[in-house]
Amino acid sequence: MRGDRQPPLATGGGDRGVEEFNSLMQGFSVALTYHNLLYMLVGILLGVLIGVLPGLGGANGVAILLPLTFTMPPTSAIIMLSCIYWGALFGGAITSILFNIPGEPWSVATTFDGHPMAKTGRAGEALTAAFTSSFVGALVAVIMITFLAPLVAKFSLKFGPPEFFAVQLLTFCSFVGLGKGHPAKTISAMMLGFALAAVGLDTVTGTLRMTFGTTELLRGFNFLIAVIGLFGIGEILLTMEEGLAFKGVHARINPRVVWHTWKQLPKYWLTALRATLIGCWMGITPGGATPASFMSYGIAKRFSKTGEKFGTGEIEGVIAPETAAHAAGTSALLPMLTLGIPGSPTAAVLLGGLLIWGLQPGPLLFVEQKEFVWGLIASMYIGNVVGLIIVLTTVPWWAAILRVPFSIIAPVIVVICAIGAYTVNNAMLDVVLMLVFGVVGYLFKKLDYPLAPMVLALVLGDMAESSFRQSMLLSRGEVSIFWSNGLVGSICGLAMLMLFWPVISKLLQHMRRGNNDLDEARPVE
Amino acid sequence: MHDNDHTEDGSRHGVSTKAVEIVVAAIIFGLGLVAIFDSRRVGAGWGDDGPQAGYFPFYIGLILCAASAWTLLRAAFSEHAAAGVFVSRKKLRLVLSVFVPSLIYVLAIYFIGIYVASAIFIGAFMYWHGRFPWIKIIPVSLIVPVSMFLLFEVWFLVPLPKGPLEALIGY
Repeated sequence: MRGDRQPPLATGGGDRGVEEFNSLMQGFSVALTYHNLLYMLVGILLGVLIGVLPGLGGANGVAILLPLTFTMPPTSAIIMLSCIYWGALFGGAITSILFNIPGEPWSVATTFDGHPMAKTGRAGEALTAAFTSSFVGALVAVIMITFLAPLVAKFSLKFGPPEFFAVQLLTFCSFVGLGKGHPAKTISAMMLGFALAAVGLDTVTGTLRMTFGTTELLRGFNFLIAVIGLFGIGEILLTMEEGLAFKGVHARINPRVVWHTWKQLPKYWLTALRATLIGCWMGITPGGATPASFMSYGIAKRFSKTGEKFGTGEIEGVIAPETAAHAAGTSALLPMLTLGIPGSPTAAVLLGGLLIWGLQPGPLLFVEQKEFVWGLIASMYIGNVVGLIIVLTTVPWWAAILRVPFSIIAPVIVVICAIGAYTVNNAMLDVVLMLVFGVVGYLFKKLDYPLAPMVLALVLGDMAESSFRQSMLLSRGEVSIFWSNGLVGSICGLAMLMLFWPVISKLLQHMRRGNNDLDEARPVE
Repeated sequence: MHDNDHTEDGSRHGVSTKAVEIVVAAIIFGLGLVAIFDSRRVGAGWGDDGPQAGYFPFYIGLILCAASAWTLLRAAFSEHAAAGVFVSRKKLRLVLSVFVPSLIYVLAIYFIGIYVASAIFIGAFMYWHGRFPWIKIIPVSLIVPVSMFLLFEVWFLVPLPKGPLEALIGY
C-alpha cells in the first residue's frame, strides 16, 4: 500500500478533491516507510506514558524530546512528535477513568462520569468508549484538515503583513473573549509572553534589548524552557500540594467488552457529532482541548435525555468530552500549518520545532514542502489508528505505572525536566530558569492566570512583531492600515469584538435583566 | 476545596490570596516598567529606516503595566476578587519539600554533574518522602541515572553536565 495506489490523473489537477486525494496518497507513501512507522510507534508509546504521568504532558513532553530530534529528518521528527501528542491525548483518559486523576487538563471532564463507571465495574466499557470516541473525534478533525487546510493555505497566500498581524491579533484577542479567566490576567500573561520574547538580539536592527549587558540573555528566553518549567515543574508542585495518593480501580479490557461497547456507541452519534463540532471549532480558534471538553460535557448534559444522571456513570458523559478534546487537539494543527498560528500550547511547541528544523510554517509550506505537510497529515490518520489499537491492548500496563508511588515518580520527572531544559541550548542557566518558570507556573495556576496565551505569545512574539513592523513600514506608521481593506478590516473587527467580548456580554446580560426583572432564574455565567 | 482547608490542622494560617495576588501583580507591573524603559533606551520611535528596536516592546510594556495595575487594584479593593487562603502552612511545607530539594539538585549539577546529582536527588527524595527501605532506594536511584547515561552519552551522543566521577571513568 505504497505510492502505487495513486490514480494516473495526478497532472490533470482540475478537480480540487482529486488533487487533495492524490497529495494525501503521496503523503501515505511518505508516512508508511518502515522507519517512519517505527517513529510513530515510539511516539505513541512515549505519548501515552507522558499522558499517564502527572507533571508530564503533551506540551512539555514534546518540548523535552524536541532537542533529540534536531538531527532527524524533519518529516520523521514531526511524525514522532505529533504521535507523542496523540498518545498523550489517549493517555489522559486512562488516569481519569481508573484513578480519578486527570493526567492531562483536557481529561478533567472525563473523570466526572468515567471514574463512577469504573467504580461500578464498568471500567473496560468506559475506557473503550473514551478511546473510541477520541479516535472518532480525531478522525473527523483530520478529514477536515485534509480538505480545509489546502484551501485556507491557498486563501492566505494573498495575505500581506497587515493581514497576518490581524490574524495574530485575532488569535490573542480570542483568548480574552473565550477564556474563562479575568481579562486583566489573560492580558497580563499574554503580554508577559511577548515581553519575554522581545528579550535578546533584535534581528531587524541588531540592537540588544533587555539584556542588561549579560551575555546569557543574548539568546533570549527559549519557549521550550518556559514550557518545561510552567507545565512540568509547576504541575509537580501543584500535585505535591494536593498530597495525591494513587488509588485506582483495576481494569481489564477483553475483546468481548470492546465489542459490547462498540455496539452501543452508534446510539450516541448526535452527542459525538456535537462534540466533534465544538472540538473542531475550539481547536481552530485557540480555545484548545481543555475548554472544548468542558463545553462539550456541559452541552451533552443539557441536551441528553438522561442529563440529570450525568456524574453517576453515564457513558455519554465520557463520549462527549473525549471526542471534543481529541477533535480540538487535532484541529489545532490546522491554523499552525496554514497560517503559522498554533491553536494550542502543544501545537505551539511543534511550531517552534518547525522553525528549528528550518521550515517556515504558513501558506508557503503547502507549496514548497508538500512531502512534509502531506506526510504529516497522512501520519495523523495512521497514528490515530495505531494509537487506538495500542491503548486498547495495553491499558493494564499503563495502570501499573501509576501504582509506582509519587515519591519515586516526582524526582524522576524533575530529573527528566532538568535534562530536557539543559539539552535545548546546553546551558545550565536554562535549568535554573526552568525552576523559575516552575514557580511562575505554580503561582499562575493558583491565581488563575492562563498559561496558554503566555506560551503562545512567547512562541509567536517575534513573528507578530515582524508582521507588525512590516505593516508599519508599508503604511509609514499609520495604524489605519489595519482597516484599509475589507479583509484586514473584518479580521481586525472580529478581533476587537473578541477583545471586548467580556464587556459586551456583561452589557447584554444587563439589558436582558433590565427588560425582564422576573427572569431571575437565568444562570449568570 | 476551601471546606477541606478549614478541617485541616492549622489551615486557617497561611499566606492569603490577596497578598500573593498583589505581589505577583506588582512584579508583573515592574517587568512592564522594565520593558518600557529599556525600549525607550534603544529607541521606541521612528528611525530613518522605519520603526526602531523598541517600537513594539514599548507598547507591550504599556499594556503589561495597565493590565497588571488593573489586577492589582482589583485584588486590593475588591472583597471577593482575592478572598481566602492562597496556601495553608501545611501545604506550603509540602510544596517547599519538593521545591527546595529541586533547587539544591540544580545547584549540585554545577559541581558534581547531572548523573551523580540525579542519583542522590532521587535517593534522598525516596528516603524523606516515601520512607522506602534502602534495599529499594539504592537500585532505583542508580538505575535511572545509569540508563540516562547510556541513552545520552553513549547512544545519542548528547553531552550533559558531568562531574569528577565521570572524569574518573574517562568521560
